Amino acid sequence: MRSTGHDQEKKAGIWRKLHIDLPLLAGLLCLMILSLFVIYSAGGQDMDIVIRQAVRLGIAVAVMFVVAQIPPLSYRKWAVPVFVIGLILLVLVLLFGHVGKGAQRWLDLGFTKFQPSEIMKLIVPIMIAWFISQDNLPVKISTIIFAFILVLIPTLLIAKQPDLGTSLLIASSGIFVIFLAGASWKLIASCIGLGSAFAPILWLYLMKEYQKQRVLTFLNPEQDPLGSGYHIIQSKIAIGSGGLHGKGWLQGTQSQLEFLPERHTDFIFAVFSEEFGLIGVALLLLVYLAIVMRGLWIAVNAQQAFTKLLAGSLTLTFFVYVFVNIGMVSGLLPVVGVPLPLVSYGGTSMVTLMAGFGILMAISTHRRFIGS
Amino acid sequence: MAPRRRIAIRNHSAEANLFARRTFIAFIGVLMVLLLLFSNIFDLEISSYEKYQTRSNSNRIKLLPVAPNRGLIYDRNGVLLAENKAIYSLEIIPEQVEDIKASVAEVSALLEISQEKQQKFFKALKRKRRFKPVELHSRLSDQQVALFSVNQHKFPGFFIDARLKRYYPFADLTTHNLGYVARINREDVKKLDAQGKSENYAATHGIGKLGIEKYYEDILHGTIGHQEVEINNQGRIIRTLNFTPPVPGKDLTLTLDIELQMIAKRALSGKRGAVVAMDPRDGGILAMYSNPSYDGNLFVHGISSKNYSKLLNSKNLPLINRSIQGYPPASTVKPFMALLGLEEEIITPQTRIWDPGWYQMKGIDNKYRDWKKWGHGWVNLTKAIEESCNVYFYNLAYKLGINRISTMMEKFGFGDYTGVDLHEETRGVVPSVGWKRARYNQPWYTGETISVGIGQSYWTVSPLQLTQATSILVNKGEIKIPHLLMAMSDSQQLASQDQGKIIKSAENPDKLGRQVETIFYENKPPIKLKNHDNWQLVLDAMHNTVQRPGATGYNAFKGSTYDAAGKTGSAQVARLGQDEKYDAETTQEHKRDNAMFIAFAPYENPEIVVAVAIENVAKGGGATNAAPVARQIMDQYFGNRVILSKDKNMHPQHDDLYGVQESD
Repeated sequence: MRSTGHDQEKKAGIWRKLHIDLPLLAGLLCLMILSLFVIYSAGGQDMDIVIRQAVRLGIAVAVMFVVAQIPPLSYRKWAVPVFVIGLILLVLVLLFGHVGKGAQRWLDLGFTKFQPSEIMKLIVPIMIAWFISQDNLPVKISTIIFAFILVLIPTLLIAKQPDLGTSLLIASSGIFVIFLAGASWKLIASCIGLGSAFAPILWLYLMKEYQKQRVLTFLNPEQDPLGSGYHIIQSKIAIGSGGLHGKGWLQGTQSQLEFLPERHTDFIFAVFSEEFGLIGVALLLLVYLAIVMRGLWIAVNAQQAFTKLLAGSLTLTFFVYVFVNIGMVSGLLPVVGVPLPLVSYGGTSMVTLMAGFGILMAISTHRRFIGS
Repeated sequence: MAPRRRIAIRNHSAEANLFARRTFIAFIGVLMVLLLLFSNIFDLEISSYEKYQTRSNSNRIKLLPVAPNRGLIYDRNGVLLAENKAIYSLEIIPEQVEDIKASVAEVSALLEISQEKQQKFFKALKRKRRFKPVELHSRLSDQQVALFSVNQHKFPGFFIDARLKRYYPFADLTTHNLGYVARINREDVKKLDAQGKSENYAATHGIGKLGIEKYYEDILHGTIGHQEVEINNQGRIIRTLNFTPPVPGKDLTLTLDIELQMIAKRALSGKRGAVVAMDPRDGGILAMYSNPSYDGNLFVHGISSKNYSKLLNSKNLPLINRSIQGYPPASTVKPFMALLGLEEEIITPQTRIWDPGWYQMKGIDNKYRDWKKWGHGWVNLTKAIEESCNVYFYNLAYKLGINRISTMMEKFGFGDYTGVDLHEETRGVVPSVGWKRARYNQPWYTGETISVGIGQSYWTVSPLQLTQATSILVNKGEIKIPHLLMAMSDSQQLASQDQGKIIKSAENPDKLGRQVETIFYENKPPIKLKNHDNWQLVLDAMHNTVQRPGATGYNAFKGSTYDAAGKTGSAQVARLGQDEKYDAETTQEHKRDNAMFIAFAPYENPEIVVAVAIENVAKGGGATNAAPVARQIMDQYFGNRVILSKDKNMHPQHDDLYGVQESD
């Protein structure tokens, strides 16, 4: 083994030059391969849908690779103008956006549809990380307040579309930066207190009827088993009936017989649990944990405050996807449109996610500024 | 925008430490959240596994009930009386048809399907799911079925569905016995629910409403089968998981002889009335026909309200089964009254009375008239029955009193259910003191007892009861339960329904060579007389009634090749005034007399007992109207057999009656 140690280092060097973080890539590829198998099952064993997902994954990996080549410190130059452009686009969406599924999320550019909120998932943490890293850590209260405002503007604009899932992810990406930057515990505690006080106002004045309905359904899905409660009930049946070993690949009756809605998108975790059981779930959670650990390891080992904060925020936001999706599908959280990262079928969010991992890889591999 | 500061004054290691601490805290948070997620999934997949597995199965597994085939009904010679006929309908599965409009137009042209039906189809099409069959034509003729079958390859998605419907080939001839099967209605559902049988009827459309079809419903119906299928969220069947075939209902063989039944119908044509013929040796009913009748097949497909009201409002009441409805028995009860007189030793065979043409109770002016205005003169028991002398029985009834009469007549089954396997049976009435008190809250008058002596007053009996009573008479007290069911393909189920009535059953091949179980019925305790010879005295008198020239039954059976015995009867329907004379021609039709007749043959070892009732006859009485009907039945029954009594001196003359003094 020792004789190959040098070769391995050499190999690691090659990956370094390619700006690829091998452990992270391994974890991501695990999820992607799994995704193809589960989508084949969830999509009614339709090979077309698997191929489309494979193509998207390919594009997402390519995007990751390209993003990984960009030195992370160069983001700092672009943070402010891109953030401003992002905000303008969000306003444009609200004014002229394309309506789909009851929400205005897309801008129709003629040749393609474009979802500005996706880009904001990356821009907001870059912007906040840049803004906070201007100062010494731990952050001052004034900086925090200003950072909060910077987070709040895009969050509210997206919530207004309405896209609760994305605004939640964007808000958390900003808040994670503030937390990692060392916001005082007193402040955190008072924010939580303020947040709980704000909840009734949110319920009464800001939430749309369908959003309230989702929360009500979450609290008692059996109240309307064929209507709004149908998704969550069928999803819990799918998960629960999987048992320890699962019903086997392609054998999940809830998904194969189409009792489960949104099988290959938001509720793909239910398909997975039904067919692979608790053992499969445990393994999947371990893969996610491994990716998060690697992401946090990269963050801790990053050289600048900016890159530390950015890497930490991207990693934790990725975990928010996992938590919100699985929590929602298994009945812990109300139904919020968040995909299971890298497993759910779907284009835009996957590309954004992989771009995020591209940034992480860049942070991990562009280390030549040591000692500067 | 924050102002640019110099980075040189940063404390990198302090920052790195702070960041590492915060990252570690975040990592702990991540672990805790993962643990929360995992424990929740653990709860779903392990702790609540059974609950969710059950719910998952109830989502996807559906039990489709499969109706059993109804048992068939045969007559005693294996002639099919009730069958299940396939009804063919043309069905279309929309999603399998490319151009549904063109295809429907083409098939409609081929099979000559009306525009109306096509429009109805397209309307139904909108309501149904794409993969569920929609009916285009409900009852295809054999020709249409053949025509479609040849061209089926041109119409993918079109198919012929066969459903079984009850069919009675003899139509109105058997309706009053078999009853009919018709659509299960709300009341039936309630009843089935109450009996816990609704599950067994999940796929069944029809239920026995009347007659044998109703009485033996449980046996004829069979047991439901199940197809266990897997369905998807839209209810589409994906595959069959399991199939439990239904158990068809048992086939029944009845004691009826359809040829006798035909004769009965012919003999009663144009009349209102009923005939019952029974084998006294076992109680098996050979023929039971009520005229007018109706076609039970009308009810199988759902009778139109126009047809139904026609049946319901007909003056001739075709819906009523007259063979089990009450009629005044009239003089047909005289043999039974005579038997009672002998038993109570009020009369002997030698007892004579003088009949001047009327009877009067002591001290009362009211006269009870004989049907023969000038009277029968001296009358003894035999002559009283032969000539149906009323005064003899007025006198006898007066001496017996109502209580002894009602007690004895109840023993012969009058006023009670015979136990025949038909739910529609009526009890009739044996007049008694208790009965009158209960019914009218009035005391009994002795004058009424006089009328009871000739089978009038409140007395009503059904032709079936008359048959049974006559059968008891010819069996000298032994009581056989009248019944229609002779055998069935397997008798396991009968035991529970008719426990006690059936003593045993044995497996035998029937006339068609099928293995069937013949049913043997339990006898009721027999009627015991103090003097067993009294039976023969009464039977002799009935024999004379048919065999002695000049007796009431003689003309009807003149020249028969078998030795018959019987008793006539003519029942007053309307009450006549004291000295009013009855004249059929001037009396309104529905107030005219009923004609009655009971008979058995051969005289020695009787094989058949017949009772006839005919309503409102135009002329004559039982002898001229009812007895010929019994004759036709018996002629058919005996066919070419010659069964005459060995002893030719069976008919004592009545010379001894002349010149002898009144004994009373």
